[in-house]
Amino acid sequence: MKYRIVFRKRFRTGMIFEGVLPVLSVLAALFLAGVALMFFGVSPLEAYRAMFRGALGSWYGFSEVLVKTIPLVISGVAVGFAFRMKIWNIGAEGQIYMGALATAAAVRFLQSSSQFSMLLAMAVAAVIAGGFWGCIAGVLKARWNVNEVITTLMLNYVAIHLAEYFIYGPWRDPSSLGFPMTPPFPPSARLPQFLDTRVHLGIVAAIVLVLIFRLVIRWTRWGFEIRAVGENPKAAEYAGIRYGRNVVMVMFVSGAIAGLAGMTEIAGLQGRLQPGMSPGYGYTAIIIAWLARLNPWGIIIVSFFMGVLLVGGETIQVIMRLPLASVQVIQGCILFSVLAFEFFRNYRVLLVRKERN
Amino acid sequence: MSLSVPAPLVMMRGIEKSFVGAKANSDIDLDLRRGEVHTLLGENGAGKSTLMNILSGLYTPDDGSIFIEGEERKFRTPRDAISAGIGMVHQHFMLVPTQTVWENVALGLEDQPFSLDKNSIIAKVRDIQERYGIHVDPHAYVWQLSIGEQQRVAIIKTLYRKADILILDEPTSVLTPQETKALFQTIRQIRQEKHGVIFISHKLDEVIDISDRITILRKGRKVATIPVQNASKESLAEMMVGRRVVFQIGKTLQNPGKVVLKAKDLVVRGGRGIVCVDKFSLELRQREILGLAGVSGNGQEELCDALAGIRQIDDGAIVVDGVELQGKPSREFQKKGVSYIPADRIGTGLVTGMNIRENIALRKYWRKEFTRFRFFVHWENIAGRTGQLVERYSVVNPGLGFPARMLSGGNLQKLMLARELADDPRVVLAVQPSWGLDVSATLFVRETLLEQRDRGSGVLLVSDDLEEILSLSDRIAVIHKGKLMGIVEDPDSASEEQLGLMMAGTSLAEFLPDDVPPGHVPVRAVP
Repeated sequence: MKYRIVFRKRFRTGMIFEGVLPVLSVLAALFLAGVALMFFGVSPLEAYRAMFRGALGSWYGFSEVLVKTIPLVISGVAVGFAFRMKIWNIGAEGQIYMGALATAAAVRFLQSSSQFSMLLAMAVAAVIAGGFWGCIAGVLKARWNVNEVITTLMLNYVAIHLAEYFIYGPWRDPSSLGFPMTPPFPPSARLPQFLDTRVHLGIVAAIVLVLIFRLVIRWTRWGFEIRAVGENPKAAEYAGIRYGRNVVMVMFVSGAIAGLAGMTEIAGLQGRLQPGMSPGYGYTAIIIAWLARLNPWGIIIVSFFMGVLLVGGETIQVIMRLPLASVQVIQGCILFSVLAFEFFRNYRVLLVRKERN
Repeated sequence: MSLSVPAPLVMMRGIEKSFVGAKANSDIDLDLRRGEVHTLLGENGAGKSTLMNILSGLYTPDDGSIFIEGEERKFRTPRDAISAGIGMVHQHFMLVPTQTVWENVALGLEDQPFSLDKNSIIAKVRDIQERYGIHVDPHAYVWQLSIGEQQRVAIIKTLYRKADILILDEPTSVLTPQETKALFQTIRQIRQEKHGVIFISHKLDEVIDISDRITILRKGRKVATIPVQNASKESLAEMMVGRRVVFQIGKTLQNPGKVVLKAKDLVVRGGRGIVCVDKFSLELRQREILGLAGVSGNGQEELCDALAGIRQIDDGAIVVDGVELQGKPSREFQKKGVSYIPADRIGTGLVTGMNIRENIALRKYWRKEFTRFRFFVHWENIAGRTGQLVERYSVVNPGLGFPARMLSGGNLQKLMLARELADDPRVVLAVQPSWGLDVSATLFVRETLLEQRDRGSGVLLVSDDLEEILSLSDRIAVIHKGKLMGIVEDPDSASEEQLGLMMAGTSLAEFLPDDVPPGHVPVRAVP
């Protein structure tokens, strides 16, 4: 007897199914990545175990995971916000750099001994710079319908190189023995850290931003407009919602939040501006927002998971002598399998007995 | 079956088909004889399209068999069906606009793999035109043709492929009355040539006019097959709906009040920068329904978009209640009481991914009573209002928190009516409000519009269904290629012929005696 595979469109997806699917897709990703790890010549099970131990096996590992989670949550909220309106802000990375650059500028030019006013000035500078960077793509989209995927992506390179110009050039620390970095920030320009970990005050900012994200989307008029445009732009236009203005505003806010991620990262953790201050958080944020289905709580959970992956990845780099790329391979596998599993959200796969002609 | 009686051209027996639990066809039998026009009649969702998609090879049935001239056939792809002589003319004919008529006919022919023998194709096309009386210039580009002519191309295309069995899916829904007449001539010719025609429609007058036999479907089942001699409009409707249907809607005479909407010399461009509405003027008064008749795609939707403030206008003025609104954002139009029921419910009028409350909020969320602390949506108030509206407009729903996509077509439209009409707007722009709805939902929509008129709104009713226009309107305007062809002040005096000619581009002035100045004057019925 012969069977053939048939795809049927789903009309509804059950709650359990919605919950199980991301787990399944991560498992599939780990499997795929395991195959890749085997090519690197290590046992995938051992590698995963080492990753898990390194990330969650000790308080130190856990705190390091939180440290990584902070910028991921903040930039996840940033892109998630834009994605809610189906504005594809791929430029969080550049906006993070602009935020960090502005933070460094504030530290350089607005020396103040009051920690509060110093941090406030840095945050405001970061928000304005990141927001401005997002706004450019927003205005281009609103005025001339320029594809924001391309503009935001290209602006990333501009921002990163702009930051490098200052780091290598005028703002380089004369006492850094030639290393490209700005002078260390004074203590008044540092976000406090908790106990003896590297977890800094940015974690509060991250949680507050998630709450605000939820509040805005769920309860405000503006959030309703954003969702309506995202769900059905034609209906939104019919409802009298102004598209162009909202694109600019959403891109500003999205960029501003990403800029804040840049500020918390260098003020809380690195204490100075240096090249590679964000190892691609802005890009990982895209995966996070997607995996979380733009759900605020989901962004926290997925960011934490990604944090585990990053810290665990560092561990296996050290223990198993694997290249950094191996972690990125795992991340890539996850995104691929999430996209692939999206198909199963929409279709059922059935095995149907083939009739004889 | 005895040998003396020839097998019918098509015999479908016990056809079953279900989709995700819902039975679309259950135990349906259908016979089509040679030289017969057989109508499939039924409401939306009765299973007509499913049955025809099975016959044309798009779907495979779950059970049942198909016999072509007595021989059992199984169609797994449309190609199988085409080679068995089945040709389907879809509602949206699939033609390539940038190619000529003969090129479209030749497109996809199997016996011409590399080069097209243009002359022999054109000769064959002309032969078909001669035989069936279908006239289209084979050298014309498809984009130059009217919708009616494009339909003829689609029919030629199927006849060229030697279709013996022609399925016409709601062919008249896009035609003017005159074009419908020409189509019926063609159908009769095809019948004369001893082919079989399956005709799908829900317009009862037409069905009685053209059919030899009628098969009525309801909820996926066959109700009956009757010869046309035994059919009356009332009996067909009753079988179709399952209960008695009253055709007359109680329409009282009203005294129209002052002008609530005035459009003056409007010029509106469509999506590709082409002028779609050309110096169009009209006045809409309180307590009247002004019907705007026209073949769809003649600028009606662009006009209504402009009147609702959604589409920019190039020139002209829009005055609502004495206030000029042209150039203002559409929110200003909403504030002045302009309601808009767009033709595309799912694509424009509603957000089907959002829940029922949010769909009610869609064009009201900014109002004071639905706002809290200026920036927040007052969801409690919206929920309360939604509850009332859903009840008042009897929107059957699984719960206010469920996405609108779970509602049926009729209930989606009721939801939109609820949102647009509940606050007694000054102006109601209703475009194709009953399009695609079943009989009872259509009736509901029409009665609701009449009620809204009686409550004092001015209603601009856009429809390409003349019957709808004639039965609801107090005055009738006709649009053709974006231009106003004239306004008929007394619908009772207008004949369908005259309106049809106006829809095809004859201006009202040409019907008038010479000594009457052109303009909006009552017109005598044209004999």
